[in-house]
Amino acid sequence: MRKIIIIDDEVLARTVVKEYLKDYPDFLLVDECGDGLQGVKSIQANIPDLIFLDIQMPKINGFEMLELLDAPPHVIFTTAYDDFAIKAFEHSAVDYLLKPFSRERFRKAVEKYIDKNNIPQLTEVIESAALTPSQQGRVVVKDGNKIKIIPVSQIQFLESADDYVKIHTAEGTYLKNRTMNFFETSLEAYQFTRIHRSYIVNTQMITGIEPNDKVGPMLLLNTGTRLSVSKAGYARLKEVLGI
Amino acid sequence: MAISILSDKKLRFFFLAWWLVWVLIQYSALMQMRIDNRHAIADSVIGVSLLALSSMVLNNNLRYYLPRHKYGHLFSLSAIITIIWWIIFQGVLFLFFSKGDPYLDFVRSTSAIRFGAAFLLLSSMSMFSTLWYSHLDQRETNERRSESEKLIREAELNNLRQQLQPHFLFNSLNSISSLIISDPEKARDMIFQLSDFLRGTLKKETQQWISLKEEFEYLRLYLEIEKVRFGNRLQTELIYPDDILNFKIPVLLLQPVVENAIKFGLYDTTGIVPISIEAISDDKYLKVIVKNPFDPETSVPLKGTGFGLDSVKRRLFLLFARADLVETGIDGQIFITKIKIPQPQ
Repeated sequence: MRKIIIIDDEVLARTVVKEYLKDYPDFLLVDECGDGLQGVKSIQANIPDLIFLDIQMPKINGFEMLELLDAPPHVIFTTAYDDFAIKAFEHSAVDYLLKPFSRERFRKAVEKYIDKNNIPQLTEVIESAALTPSQQGRVVVKDGNKIKIIPVSQIQFLESADDYVKIHTAEGTYLKNRTMNFFETSLEAYQFTRIHRSYIVNTQMITGIEPNDKVGPMLLLNTGTRLSVSKAGYARLKEVLGI
Repeated sequence: MAISILSDKKLRFFFLAWWLVWVLIQYSALMQMRIDNRHAIADSVIGVSLLALSSMVLNNNLRYYLPRHKYGHLFSLSAIITIIWWIIFQGVLFLFFSKGDPYLDFVRSTSAIRFGAAFLLLSSMSMFSTLWYSHLDQRETNERRSESEKLIREAELNNLRQQLQPHFLFNSLNSISSLIISDPEKARDMIFQLSDFLRGTLKKETQQWISLKEEFEYLRLYLEIEKVRFGNRLQTELIYPDDILNFKIPVLLLQPVVENAIKFGLYDTTGIVPISIEAISDDKYLKVIVKNPFDPETSVPLKGTGFGLDSVKRRLFLLFARADLVETGIDGQIFITKIKIPQPQ
């Protein structure tokens, strides 16, 4: 028995998948979800083998939902039309069904899943999707059992923390399993500057730079936080702030 | 190639009058110089006619080749034609009058002033022609330019209006595919609704105005389709006083606004999404207010989400040359879009 979950905000879209699944007696549909938040909960509770995942959904999209999972199951994406998502798929082994899709097309995707024992790497697809305009302006994180959507304007600064990045906001800090380099690229358009190997700062939050003979210049944020600035970071800051 | 200066009726008359006046002036001048009537008439008529002919040659020449800002060219052209005129004029006089006629000596003795006057006339004629033809040329260029600008504007309006969201289309087709399994009758209904909707977007006239009544009918069609897709989550409400239905609106203006509101509401919240569309009359405007719920805490002002509104703004700008007809605002957890449509007089 393989456990299946369908995640799509349109009931009728889920019906099509359910109908096509009838051809596979050893597939067991354990749950249906109408959005990504429910999806995360259900996946954690049911640990499915395969999910059918829509991309455009309420609150968080399919990619953002996958980001929140520690061990994502095998995914077959279903989407009607999404330029950016399709670009993200093109150079990966990930399978996707374009709605409306035929039984034949569905069968191919499922057989590909059955034949293949190794799960294709989702990281790359998720990362390239995260750079698309619909996702760039926000970061989705897990806060205990809750899911939090942080608009980038609310981020004060980012700090590297081993394999994670610590996101500092007025409400607290959150961990995200991404690289500093990823954030440096994706946040460039939102007035963020990398001031140090370990820090990326929201330039809106800067109140001043303090010279310090011992440890080099320190950046002062309007929250009172002081951050070290590297030589390269200082040069970038000067350019960005026009000083 | 420009049309000839002489194809203009008024100008033709003016030229004729001008040369007649010139004949009279020359005739009176010759009379004052005590030249007898016969010689004076022959002199002025032949001289001026030849001059008129020369000016036509000159004019025609400029019609095919317009030397822009090359006044040296104009000057030498006028000089050459004056010289030719002078040679022909003398030749003709020799034909008319026998050798030894004292009049011919008179002609020779006045050659400097005659040549000077002819040159002056012909060069002003050439200046005039040049101005005339460049003016025509300019006008044609302007006409062409405004014509092409108009075409571009129309194409853009057409484009903006027909920007059917492929996401909507493919999802609707997917809903139909699903309904065929569960409810074939409803599937067929949805095919009809979708067909009617698509037919509406294919109407050719770009600047066509329709009544609010028609626009609302079209909007209802769209809302019905979306309700099939999203089921109970989507609740819509059209609010308007009856007397407003005759107000005019550019065809298909509201659908992208409502589509934007629906997407915003559906993807920003998880519960039931009430969308209200209200039409009111305000001075000389038709005002349409669209409201959708959203989550102010997580909502991100994206370039992408505003697509529907951007195209509406652009369309209204192209139609009215005004950028202040679309307004957006926030009231708690409600996002408000206001559209003002100036009413044709």
